[in-house]
Amino acid sequence: MAADSTLALSLVEEFVSGLQDSKAKDAAKGVKDGKFTVLQLVEALGSSLTSSQPHTRARGVLLLSEVLQECYRELTEREVEVLIAFYENRLKDHYVVTPPVLKGLKELTKCTNLPPGSAVSMLRSVFQDIHVQSLMLSERACVYSMLINIMETREAELKGLGADFVFGFVQSMDGERDPRNLLLAFQIAKNLIHRGYELGKFTEELFEVTSCYFPIDFSPPPNDPHGITREELVQALRAVLTGTPNFAEFLLPLLIEKLDSDVQSAKLDSLQTLAACVSQYEHKHVAEFLQGLWTAVRREVFQTSSERIESAGLAALTALTSCLSRSVLSSDSEDSLSTFLDFILTDCKHHLCEPDLKLVWPSAKLLQAACSASTSASHIITAAVMPSLLEQYNNRAQCSHRRTLLEVVQRFIHSVKNCQSSDNGLLLESDIELALDHLTRLLLIEEDDTVSLAVVECAGALAQLHPALVISKLIPRLKNELYTEPMNQDQGEASELHSHHSVRQRCLSALAAVSIKPSVVQESTPVLLEVLRSAHTGDVSFSVDEVVLTCRSLQRIAEQVQDTEEAGRCFHNIIIPHLLSLALQAALQGEGSSGTPSPLIEEAVLSAMVPVISTSCSRLQPTLAGQTASRAVSLFLDGDVSFLPDNSFPSHMQLLKVEVPQIDKLLSALEEMSCTCSHPLSYTSAAKCFAGLVNKKPQGDSLDSLIQRTMKRVCSELDSPSSSVHTQAFTLMIWVSKALLLRYHPLFTTLTDKLFSLLDDAGLGPMAADGFSLLMSDSTDVLNRASHADVRIMYRQRFFSENKAKLVQGFNAAPQEKKPNYLKALSNIVNKLPKQVQVTELPALLSLLLEALSCPDQDIHLTTLSCLEPVLVNPPQVLIQQLEALVNRLLALLCSPAMSVRIASLSCISALSYFPVHEVLPFRARVLRALAKPLDDKKRLVRREAVQARAQWFLLGSPGGR
Amino acid sequence: VDGDGGCVGTRLENANPVIFQRSGDRVQTASEEDEDVHDPIDDREIFDILSINDPEHPLSLEELNVVEQFRVKVNDAESTVGIEFTPTIPHCSMATLIGLSIKVKLLRSLPDRFKVLNKQLADKERVAAALENASLLEVVNQCLSTRTI
Repeated sequence: MAADSTLALSLVEEFVSGLQDSKAKDAAKGVKDGKFTVLQLVEALGSSLTSSQPHTRARGVLLLSEVLQECYRELTEREVEVLIAFYENRLKDHYVVTPPVLKGLKELTKCTNLPPGSAVSMLRSVFQDIHVQSLMLSERACVYSMLINIMETREAELKGLGADFVFGFVQSMDGERDPRNLLLAFQIAKNLIHRGYELGKFTEELFEVTSCYFPIDFSPPPNDPHGITREELVQALRAVLTGTPNFAEFLLPLLIEKLDSDVQSAKLDSLQTLAACVSQYEHKHVAEFLQGLWTAVRREVFQTSSERIESAGLAALTALTSCLSRSVLSSDSEDSLSTFLDFILTDCKHHLCEPDLKLVWPSAKLLQAACSASTSASHIITAAVMPSLLEQYNNRAQCSHRRTLLEVVQRFIHSVKNCQSSDNGLLLESDIELALDHLTRLLLIEEDDTVSLAVVECAGALAQLHPALVISKLIPRLKNELYTEPMNQDQGEASELHSHHSVRQRCLSALAAVSIKPSVVQESTPVLLEVLRSAHTGDVSFSVDEVVLTCRSLQRIAEQVQDTEEAGRCFHNIIIPHLLSLALQAALQGEGSSGTPSPLIEEAVLSAMVPVISTSCSRLQPTLAGQTASRAVSLFLDGDVSFLPDNSFPSHMQLLKVEVPQIDKLLSALEEMSCTCSHPLSYTSAAKCFAGLVNKKPQGDSLDSLIQRTMKRVCSELDSPSSSVHTQAFTLMIWVSKALLLRYHPLFTTLTDKLFSLLDDAGLGPMAADGFSLLMSDSTDVLNRASHADVRIMYRQRFFSENKAKLVQGFNAAPQEKKPNYLKALSNIVNKLPKQVQVTELPALLSLLLEALSCPDQDIHLTTLSCLEPVLVNPPQVLIQQLEALVNRLLALLCSPAMSVRIASLSCISALSYFPVHEVLPFRARVLRALAKPLDDKKRLVRREAVQARAQWFLLGSPGGR
Repeated sequence: VDGDGGCVGTRLENANPVIFQRSGDRVQTASEEDEDVHDPIDDREIFDILSINDPEHPLSLEELNVVEQFRVKVNDAESTVGIEFTPTIPHCSMATLIGLSIKVKLLRSLPDRFKVLNKQLADKERVAAALENASLLEVVNQCLSTRTI
């Protein structure tokens, strides 16, 4: 050891007196190699440290500090304690000694085994004995590094110092000018804020000492070796300033002030800082500055000089609005979101009405920026802006105006969409699971219709956002519930069965509701298909009702699923083939077997199945739809049709873009089937198919000859009194007529003439009269716009105006017993006409309609009354002339056996009370007397109407009435 | 809860009445649509008939909570209807008018067989006499005009 102390002594001598810097390395090596300890080195330093020359003392301390730099890791806690005491003491020494002392202290702060309390005492000494800003640059860096080091390892102790630590730091950095040191100082300030040090009464001081650099104005010297950029400084300072809501009251006024600056970079920095800070704030922090902030942002966007500033301004506005939307309001606090949006709307909305002026776009952008911040903001803004935009659009005639307005609207739609898609992350996954559990529970037990409807809708909404969870949680539960048989079915009470049925019902509608995303559809549809399969095989018993509901659910899915290739494949490759094969199996089995018949042969089920297929074919997957069509056609043609009376595939006529294969063969097969088959659903479906194809077949000779051929066949069947297929032929004819009527085909008149002549037919007359109702109404499955049929506008009016004369003539010429058919046809036609046409056309037909009211058929009464009612609101003169007859007929109908007729007649009588008083007053007493009877009608709905009508008539001509 | 401007002179009592939500429309049931079922006249039906306007407020008596459902008692079999209503301000001068309006409305709306019991206005002759008075009838008719909103 003696030799070692000599070594130490000689190294000290050479470093201190000989000024050989390299000896510090050797000394460090000595300590590391264990030749001597640090404390022995201190002993060896003895004379230099006590020298009267400050420079010698400084040199001595420097040696020690440099050794510590190398081997602070090897120090024991005891050694650290001694060294700290030594260094703290040296801080009081001559100023030339201070730099090496600080260096030594900095090295010591790196030690992991600082004794408890030493960090605090070290800091106290530094803050007490040193004025940091009088130090040289590198010493100041030393102090900052010390602070950073201690903050890493001794956070708890430092927090114990309370606000004193903040104060010490504030003093140390006050006036710092070097960019490198500023980066360090900003880091410390950021740590103070982000790690939750108590700022206490020094909050404002800390803000002042950092914010005085805002906005950063720094351009690095050329060839700067340190490579510090302005951007680094900006980001570091921004992290400090925006770090805590406690700064809000100081920062926001500062930002408002700096936004007024002429320096572009200052504006930009202010706007970006604003956007960053409000993300931490709540409404109470910004409330009092809203007006100022809005004015500043508005000015920047309205008078924008650069795109960057404009977009920064808009981003700041979005951030600010979203901050206001986020806050939870207490009941007594002001709704600052609407206050703020009011500012925006007041300043911007009116500019939207001036599509010529250049403020349109800035205003629109500001509104849209606020709009995209949150759902609530978008509600408020669009509700305020959209109506006036649309009104503008309607009022402006100039193309360019309209174009601008449309562009504005489009951007609004875009921003609303944006804000909705960004609202997803509000719920934790666990919360969603919980919600889903509750929904499932409610779904299974809740009996109340309105609640369960809401639950189903809610599940649907959730499935849009979280398809995966719905797949993994909800669908398996529903599946399970669907396949469980009702318990003890034999002695099960009716109520129990009923509740089981309604659970299944809810499960089925929930499955449909959640299936919007293709991924969910992939999981939900197999469950539904399985229900159909089990129902068919009888593995699990399902009622016909339930099976129909299953088909409805599939149809709903087909309607609402997002139109993607994936979903299309699912329907065309899996669901439709399954449905067809199940239907076929059921039909085949139904022919011969005894046993329980499969519910799939029920007409209700088949009719429910058809729209599944047609809906999926009308979605946007023409290739797949074509494939399905050709499969269905070949199944239909190549299978034995007569053998399968129950199958009906009226799906393929839905296709517009899809070329139906083998069309001629198909048409003749359909014609044959519709004229010969005895099963009503089959021949009707075949007729519909045929009509659908005729409606879409291109104009030309081929179509004409087809129609003529069919007409010939139909007419010969209809004209032969012995034919057994009158109904079939008529059904085909009426559907073909409809197909031609819709497309204004010239040959339609041939069919109309036939139809009118049938009104005189003893057997088919009533059916022909009903046929007019089919002609005039929209059909739900085929020959409508949804199935891409060729439908011309106003075909009803056209039909009416071309044929009304024929009807009146026919009526006048017809023998008394055939007149009802004409009246019925007339009321069927008029009933389906648009109201405004009815009102103009009715006067001419009035006598016919009054006639209709006194003929014995209840259906005619009802349709006629519903035609009359709208006319009564604004009675034409010709009606008033016939008032006596009208009142008589209406009062007579009060005794009709059909409640719907009584109700309709009462509501007409009620409408009569609004006729000119002098015209109706003579009838008052009679009507009041007649109305006394329905007041005691056995049906409540009739009584209600009677009460109303009678009250009206009482007021007539009475003081205070009319 | 009705306007009572007349009695107090300068200050309107209850000028700003508490508005009670209208009980929703009666839910239509399947049996009501069935031709063959006989629907008896019940309390709710009478209550619906009585949506009479308060002459001083553009709101129905129901919205003003002047007539409440549970105070309507109907016996279809015995052909009796009993109505009790509370004017929300005691001794309200409008009470008689409202009572009269209710009575008239029922006379116009119920089948002949019904006897309308009204404690205050039990006297049939008084009602008849009142209706002879044109100006009174005018006010009653105003009460009974259907609102067209």
